[in-house]
Amino acid sequence: MAPATAEYDIRLIGLTKRFDDVVAVDGISLDIDRGHFFALLGPSGCGKTTTLRMIGGFEEPTEGRIELGGVDVAPLPPYKRDVNTVFQSYALFPHLSIFENVAFGLRRRGVKAGEVRRRVVESLDLVGLAGLEKRKPRQLSGGQQQRIALARALVNRPRVLLLDEPLGALDLKLRKEMQLELKRIQHEVGITFVHVTHDQEEAMTMADRIVIMNGGHIEQLGTPSELYERPRTAFVAGFLGASNLLEATVSGDDRVTLAEGSVVQLPHGMLAGRTGTVQIGVRPEKLRIGEGDTNSLSGIVTESAYIGVSTQYIVDTPAGPVTVYVQNDRTGGQVAAGERLTLSWSPESTFVVDAQEGTL
Amino acid sequence: MTSVAVPLRSRRGTLAAAVAFARRHVLTVYSLLFFAYLMLPIGVVIAFSFNDPKGRFNYTWQGFTWKNWEQWNAIPDLQSAIQLSLLIALIASIVATLLGTLVALALVRYGFRGRAATNLLVFLPLSTPEIVLGASLLTLFLNLTSVLPIGFWTILIAHIMFCISFAVVTVKARLIGFDRHLEEAAMDLGANELTTFTKVTLPLIAPAILAALLLCFAISIDDFVVTYFNAGNRVTFPIFVWGAARVATPPQINVIGTAIFVVAVTLMLANVVFQNRRAKQA
Amino acid sequence: MRVFHRKRWLTPYLLLAPGMLWLALFFLVPLGFLFYQSLESGNIDFGYAFTWAWGNYSSAIRSYRGQFERSFEYAGIATVVAFLVSYPVAYWIAFRGGRWKNLLLLFIVAPFFVTYLIRTLAWETILSDNGFVVRILHDIGVLSPGGRLLATGTAVVAGITYNFLPFMALPLYVSLEQIDQRLIEAAEDLYASRWAAFIRVTFPLSLPGVVAGTLLTFIPAAGDFINAELLGSPTNHMIGNVIESKYKELLDYPAAASMSFILMAIILAMILLYARAVGTEQLTG
Ligand SMILES: Nc1ncnc2c1ncn2[C@@H]1O[C@H](COP(=O)(O)OP(=O)(O)OP(=O)(O)O)[C@@H](O)[C@H]1O
Ligand SMILES: [Mg+2]
Repeated sequence: MAPATAEYDIRLIGLTKRFDDVVAVDGISLDIDRGHFFALLGPSGCGKTTTLRMIGGFEEPTEGRIELGGVDVAPLPPYKRDVNTVFQSYALFPHLSIFENVAFGLRRRGVKAGEVRRRVVESLDLVGLAGLEKRKPRQLSGGQQQRIALARALVNRPRVLLLDEPLGALDLKLRKEMQLELKRIQHEVGITFVHVTHDQEEAMTMADRIVIMNGGHIEQLGTPSELYERPRTAFVAGFLGASNLLEATVSGDDRVTLAEGSVVQLPHGMLAGRTGTVQIGVRPEKLRIGEGDTNSLSGIVTESAYIGVSTQYIVDTPAGPVTVYVQNDRTGGQVAAGERLTLSWSPESTFVVDAQEGTL
Repeated sequence: MTSVAVPLRSRRGTLAAAVAFARRHVLTVYSLLFFAYLMLPIGVVIAFSFNDPKGRFNYTWQGFTWKNWEQWNAIPDLQSAIQLSLLIALIASIVATLLGTLVALALVRYGFRGRAATNLLVFLPLSTPEIVLGASLLTLFLNLTSVLPIGFWTILIAHIMFCISFAVVTVKARLIGFDRHLEEAAMDLGANELTTFTKVTLPLIAPAILAALLLCFAISIDDFVVTYFNAGNRVTFPIFVWGAARVATPPQINVIGTAIFVVAVTLMLANVVFQNRRAKQA
Repeated sequence: MRVFHRKRWLTPYLLLAPGMLWLALFFLVPLGFLFYQSLESGNIDFGYAFTWAWGNYSSAIRSYRGQFERSFEYAGIATVVAFLVSYPVAYWIAFRGGRWKNLLLLFIVAPFFVTYLIRTLAWETILSDNGFVVRILHDIGVLSPGGRLLATGTAVVAGITYNFLPFMALPLYVSLEQIDQRLIEAAEDLYASRWAAFIRVTFPLSLPGVVAGTLLTFIPAAGDFINAELLGSPTNHMIGNVIESKYKELLDYPAAASMSFILMAIILAMILLYARAVGTEQLTG
C-alpha cells in the first residue's frame, strides 16, 4: 500500500493495555498516514476506546510504543502531546462560555488575546456556529454541543484529532448530516482524524482507511472497498455487511470444492498458498438467479422477504443456507418459497477467509 | 410534573380518582403536621425571646417585651462566649474543609494503596458517639498539659477533627458525580495538573466546598459535647447555655438562638432562591 | 484520570497526608490513650496507675447494666420512630415537592440552626407541667390528673427523636429523590398496584438512605446524655450521663474510659452486623 517513504503521523508498535486480568488491547501495531481520515471499527468492548485513550495520553500503555511524527510520546502527559480529543460526552466545561471553552487550549499555550479571538471565531465559523460565543454549554442542543467540542479541539490545529464515537448521542438524521460535515471539515483542515465507531456504515461513509478490531487485536486494515470486497477473516466478512460463508476444500490452483462436490473457481492468487479446509465467501448481492456465471449452486427457496428496493431470499443448498439479495429493478419475477433455484456468481466476487476463526 | 402524571394515569373512574386524590391529601396533610411539629420548639424559642420572665427561669409566659433584644449582651460572659464560638467555628470550618477537600480528591481521583483504610479512617469518627470522641481527646490532652494547656487550642483541634469527615463526605459526593472527561479534556487542551485543577476542577466543586464549609461551621458552632470535655475554663455559647440551664435561663439565650436561626435561614433561603433562578435560566 | 508519570504516585499520598494525619493524631491516638486509661486502677487522690485492670470492664457492666440497656432501648425506639415519622415526609418532598423541594428541605434542616441545647430547653418548656401539651393530655384523659411528661422516659425519647430527626429525613430524601420515576411507572405497567410498586421498587431503592439514616440517628442517640439530663430524671439516665459524670465530676477516669470503650464496641458490633445484612458498599460509599 503505502510507499516506504510515507510520512506516518501515528505509529503504534506492540501496544498492549491490561487492566488487572482483562487484556483490553493486545499488542497492536499500526501506522496511520498523515492527512487520512482513519476509522477504528469494532464491536463493543474490543478495545477501541482504550487504544484512543492511550494515544491521547489518558491511559498508560502496559507495553509498547506510541510514536507521533516519529517521537515516542508514551511517557508524556496529555498536555504535552500534539493531539486533541473530541470526547463522546463532549466534556464541554459547564462553567465556561462557548467562547471560553473554545479558547481554552489557546489560552493554555499563551496565544495573544487578539489572535485567540480571531481563531475562536474562525473555528466556530468552520463548524457553522458563529454567534453563539456568549452562551453556556447547557444552552445548546446535543448537535450544537458536538460541533463545539469539535471546534474546541480543531482550533488548536493538532497533528492528530481523536474522536471517540462523537456522533453516538445524536439522532439518525443529525448523525448522517454530521458524518458528511465531519468529512468536509477534515478535507478543509487536512488534519489526520482517528475516528472510533462501532457503526460500520459510519466508518464506510467517512473513512479513507478502516481498521477492524476484535478482542483487543487488529483483524484487518484497508480501504473500505478492500475490506468489503476482500475480507480476510470470517469476523470481518460478517461484521462489514452480510456474507455467505461456505466450507470448502482446496482442490487445485485457484479452485476449491464445496461439501456437496461442486467446484468453485476463485480469483487468481486468492488462496495464497492455503491448503486443506478453508471458508469461501460471497456477498448476497453478488449472487444472480439462474445460470450464467462460472460458479453455481442450486437449492430450494425457504424464505423470501420483500424489502422494497430488493427482495431477500434464503436458499437451502447442499452446501448450507445461502442468502441472496435481488434488486427489484423490474416488476414481477418474484420467486415463491418452495421453488427450486440455481444461483451463480463470478470468481471475482468470491473471497477466502481462514476457516474456524471467530465465526459469528 | 409528577403531580400531573399521577392522577391522569389512575383515572379509571371518578371514584378511583377521588380515592387517589384523598390519598394524596393524606400525605400532604401529614407532611404539613410534620412541619408544624418540627417548627414548634423553634416557635417557642422565638416567642420566649420576647418574654418578660419574673424569676430566673424563662419557662412560663409572663408578657411581651423588647427589652431582651435591646439588651442582648446584658448578661455577663454571654458576648465573649458568642465571640469564642464564632471564632472557633470560622477557623475550624476553613481548616477542616481544606483538609477534607484534599482527602476527597485523593479518594476519588487516584488509585492508591491504602484506600480502604483511608475510607475507614474517615468513616470511624462519624460512627463514634461524640461523648467518646470528647472523652478520648481529653485523655490525650490531659497528658499534654505542659505543652498544650486545655483551652482555645484544644477546642480548635477537636472541632477540626470531627469536621474533617463531614467535609470529606460532602466534597466526595460531588466529585463522584463529576464527569471525569472534563479534566481529561482540559489536559488534552494543554492544561497541566495545576491549571486543570484551578480552571476546571475547583470551579466545578466550588458549590460542594461551600456546602462543606457551611456544614462544618454549623456543626462547630452547635457543638456541645466534645467542646464540654475539651474546653477547660473557656466558655463557648453552648457551654454557656448548659451552665445557665442549671442556675438561670435568661431570655437573652433565646435572643441569641433566634438570631443565629434567622441569619442561617436567611442565608439558606437566599441560596434556594439563587439556585432556583439559575435553574430557570438554564 | 490516571497517574501518568511514574514519579506522580506520590500525589495522592500528599493530598491525604494532612487530613489523615490530623485524624490519626486526634482520633486514633486519643482512642489509644483512652484504652490505656481504661486499664488503670487507683483513685483521683493518689493517682491512677496502669495495671491491666480488666476488672474495670466487668464492673462497669455489672454496675451500669441498666444504663447501657436504657441507652440502646431509647436510641432504638427513637430511631424507629424517627424513621416511621420522616419516611412519608421524605417521600412527599421527593415525589410531590416539585419546585418547592429545596424550600421544604430547608424546613427539615431548620431545627439544626437552633442550638441543640436551646431547642432541648424549648422542649422542656413545651412538655412542662403547666405547658399546653400536658394540659391537653389531661383534658382528653390520656394523662391521669397527677401525671406528667417531663422527667419521664417518654420525654427523653421524644427529645432524642426530635433532635436527630433531620439526620434521618435527609438521607431518606436523598435516596428517594434519586429514584428514576420511570422505574415506578414500569412496575405499575407490569401490573404492580401502587402499594406493590412501593414495596417492591421504591422502598428497596431507598434502602441506602434507610441505612444511612438509621446509623446517623442511632449512633449519636446511643451516646447522648443531654436529653436525659434536661428532659428526664435520674431514673432515665443513659450511659452517656454516667460517662459524663464520672469524667467531669467524679474524675474516675478508668471507669469512664472503660464504659466509653464498651459503648463504642457495642455500636461498632451493631454496625458490622448491620453491614452484613445490607452490604458494606452502602456504609462507606
Ligand atoms: N478502566 C478499566 N478498568 C478495567 N477494565 C477496563 C477499563 N476500561 C476498559 N476496560 C475493559 O477493556 C475492554 C475494552 O474496553 P474499551 O472501552 O476499549 O472498549 P470499546 O471498544 O471502546 O467498546 P465500546 O464500543 O463499547 O465503547 C473491555 O472489556 C472493558 O471492560
Ligand atoms: Mg468505547
